[in-house]
Amino acid sequence: MSQIPENLKYTETHEWVKIENDIAIIGITDHAQEELSDVVYVELPEKGALTEEQSTAAVVESVKAASDIYAPLKGEIIEVNESLADDPSLVNSSPYENGWIFKIKIDDASAAKRLKSSQEYEEHLG
Amino acid sequence: MPSLDSLKKTPLAEVHEEMGARMVEFSGWLMPVQYEGIIKEHHAVRQNAGLFDISHMGNFIVSGNQAAEFLDTMLTNHVGKLEINSGHYTLMLNERGGVIDDLLLYRISEATFYLVVNAAKKDEDLSWLKKHAKDFKVTLNDVSEETAGLALQGPRSEEIFRRLFPHKEMPFRNKIEFWKWSGSEMAVARTGYTGEDGFEFFMPGEKAATFWNLVLEKCQDLGCKPCGLGARDTLRLEACLPLNGSDLAPGISPIEAGLKMFVKLNKEQSFVGRAVLEEQLSQGPSRRLMAFAVKQTGAPPRSHYLVYAPKGKEPIGEVTSGGVSPMLEKGIGLALIYAQYAKVNTDIEIEIRGKRILAKLENKPLYKRS
Repeated sequence: MSQIPENLKYTETHEWVKIENDIAIIGITDHAQEELSDVVYVELPEKGALTEEQSTAAVVESVKAASDIYAPLKGEIIEVNESLADDPSLVNSSPYENGWIFKIKIDDASAAKRLKSSQEYEEHLG
Repeated sequence: MPSLDSLKKTPLAEVHEEMGARMVEFSGWLMPVQYEGIIKEHHAVRQNAGLFDISHMGNFIVSGNQAAEFLDTMLTNHVGKLEINSGHYTLMLNERGGVIDDLLLYRISEATFYLVVNAAKKDEDLSWLKKHAKDFKVTLNDVSEETAGLALQGPRSEEIFRRLFPHKEMPFRNKIEFWKWSGSEMAVARTGYTGEDGFEFFMPGEKAATFWNLVLEKCQDLGCKPCGLGARDTLRLEACLPLNGSDLAPGISPIEAGLKMFVKLNKEQSFVGRAVLEEQLSQGPSRRLMAFAVKQTGAPPRSHYLVYAPKGKEPIGEVTSGGVSPMLEKGIGLALIYAQYAKVNTDIEIEIRGKRILAKLENKPLYKRS
């Protein structure tokens, strides 16, 4: 059974979101990394890029396929996880910590309410 | 995608699920894509050994006094020259010289042949063969349903074989042997799809789970792992073995695919598609299937990505198979390239989501066992 930490928010497309004031940290869930298997490359967004809800922000490439990672919220990319360039497998080994992908400065913090809770995400996985 | 419940299952499907394999759809079959992870399984096969379920593949028996003659009209390699208990790689073409399927053909007696074909093409292969068999005294028998296949691949395959069959003679490369195992007929061929030494075992479906477990029990201490289709694909790509449906297709000829050595234009019987191949050989094919390796870090190449000459504006080809090589630790693949650019050591660019990465055309295979 994959891990779904209770303190995080989730999307239907298997991103997790950690909200810290007006900053959102985004990565992919344990379930998603298991499904993708060995991650071999992460295409990171550019710092300063603007995101829309559900716009493609990054691409995670596993041995098998390329998968789009969506920005869950409207805002601006303020930081990306440069260590994924050297070691993309952090997405597999530490999806919720060292394998985070990018940070967004959120335009409207209240929009985060529309994200799924851990319980809702667990139900979504079925 | 169809629901996983509606898919065909090999006799080993339950064993895979019990062992924790991730199951996916492949050509209408429920198949394991991986157990522990594609890269780990890949290295197990390169260093030690790996065991694969290949029961989804199609198995035909073609027999009759005219079986060899008939197959020589349907397949590119020289069937008549095949010795009893030997096999070879061969291709079945359409009228335009394009590939319907690539397969292994074994001669099991003077007038009996065993064919192992791709799962996705099985029905098409069978109807193509039947359509052309009318004028020949041959019987076509599809034994796919009742046949299970297991592939043991890797440098320690011989050692494992000796543990499994201490009193049997080991077949040489491309040979096939038949014997009884646990009261049933078993075929053992020294063939594979990984670029490593190995064996392929064919047996009745009801024996598959027992044999699978026995092999794993006998080889666990040798670093052998059960493997899924994911590793099968990365292994065959490093070895530059083409995958039908990606590198081979009805619009691609074996000459273009670099498989000339499996095409015998001078055999007595003409075969379907021969005229087109002859023309391609005399004029030179317009495209060639080339191996490449990426020269910089970046996203891995994937099939259908476009290929350019350095700084070129128009595409010169297309990637047909791509991925990351676990052995070379870089992006590799096969690409169909216009002939004038298709020279080894030529630099190319591959477009990945609007950006270009530098790669170089390389000799095949990209990885060769030492």
